[in-house]
Amino acid sequence: MGLIDKARIKSPWILHVNCGGCNGCDIEILACLTPRFDIERFGMLNIGNPKHADILLVTGPANRRNARMLKNLYEQTPDPKVVMAVGTCACTGGMFHNCPNVLGGIDKVIPVDVYVPGCAARPEAIIDGVVLALQKLAEKARGGRK
Amino acid sequence: MIQALVSSIVLIILAPFIGGLLCGIDRKLTARMQNRIGPPILQPFYDVLKLWGKQPMISSSLQPVLASSYFLFSVVALALLVFRQDLLLAIFTMALADVSLVLGSFSARSPYSYIGGRRELLQILSYEPILILTAVGFYLLIKSFVIENLFKAGITPIAYLPGFFLALLLVLPIEARKSPFDISASHHAHQEIVRGVFTEFSGFNLALIELGHWVKLIFFLSILALFFTPNLILGSFIAFIAFFASMLIDNIFARLTWKSMLKITWSVGLALILVNIALLLHLGV
Repeated sequence: MGLIDKARIKSPWILHVNCGGCNGCDIEILACLTPRFDIERFGMLNIGNPKHADILLVTGPANRRNARMLKNLYEQTPDPKVVMAVGTCACTGGMFHNCPNVLGGIDKVIPVDVYVPGCAARPEAIIDGVVLALQKLAEKARGGRK
Repeated sequence: MIQALVSSIVLIILAPFIGGLLCGIDRKLTARMQNRIGPPILQPFYDVLKLWGKQPMISSSLQPVLASSYFLFSVVALALLVFRQDLLLAIFTMALADVSLVLGSFSARSPYSYIGGRRELLQILSYEPILILTAVGFYLLIKSFVIENLFKAGITPIAYLPGFFLALLLVLPIEARKSPFDISASHHAHQEIVRGVFTEFSGFNLALIELGHWVKLIFFLSILALFFTPNLILGSFIAFIAFFASMLIDNIFARLTWKSMLKITWSVGLALILVNIALLLHLGV
């Protein structure tokens, strides 16, 4: 099983979910794909399907409208998986924290493994966060096996 | 005899590895063309191993069966080719593999999967006539579908069937899932409906489909190499060059619609083949 564990941290496929943020963090995530940062050199792919994903990368605050959608996506992602909250909104609710429709950070809805604060989070910070998420992923894969 | 048998078996076992390596080189070169660094050459193998280790999530009980049959029929088709059996049977076996993939995407109740399956069917509709006509071309030449007889006849098909070869080059981007004809299962468009055919596959099912795709790629390149018998080394060299040319085209061209794909493959491809057949009959070869 050592080979699969090794492959796991070399091929993280990312599902990008916007819960209704301002789109600032999303543009920074797209910047990660450009030649300047090129996250594909770590084997990361921005995949559009929760069933193929390893990392759930969420931007924007959780609100009453999309909490169910977020939960659904989390449940559709096969184990082992990690969740990253990118941007201040996803971490705590940020500038939306007192809105009547906003629940707060996404950890109110699903368990979060890595927090990347920043408004907007910088591409370097996002890549650092993903590297941290990969360590968590390796730990989870080891812990999941009896 | 024994030596030929062993080398054939080794070739069949190596086929997925060669296919995966080709895909890895393709990803690296594509990244370099886009001024990126790109993933390691072995990246496709990491992807497949990781998918193998994921928790199984199966949307319909038929899916694992159909994903496995996609892989198995691809291997059987390649084996028929490598053991110099019936070319027509090999092509039909490969069609069966494709149909398994389409049925697998139809077996889950998801609109994305359905649309993806239909797009895959349109691709089959585009390239299958050309593949079957290629077998017919070989038959016209040696009066047999069996590849062994081609080697016994000792003729080089490319001299007599250049139109067929060009038509196969035309449909190579479809088989390699590359632009301009990647209307189903493109290598790049991970968030688009183009990848719809894979929506409901996950974990080891997806890994099997990826392995099957590599075998299928080698199968198609082997048919291209067959045109250069008895010099198969030159043939494989030219087949690899054709693959890398299609990769270059992939980076230059945008994706066409399914209508253009069908029009181009059927008009240009079939015209090339018909002219070739007419010439063969005229010259009385």
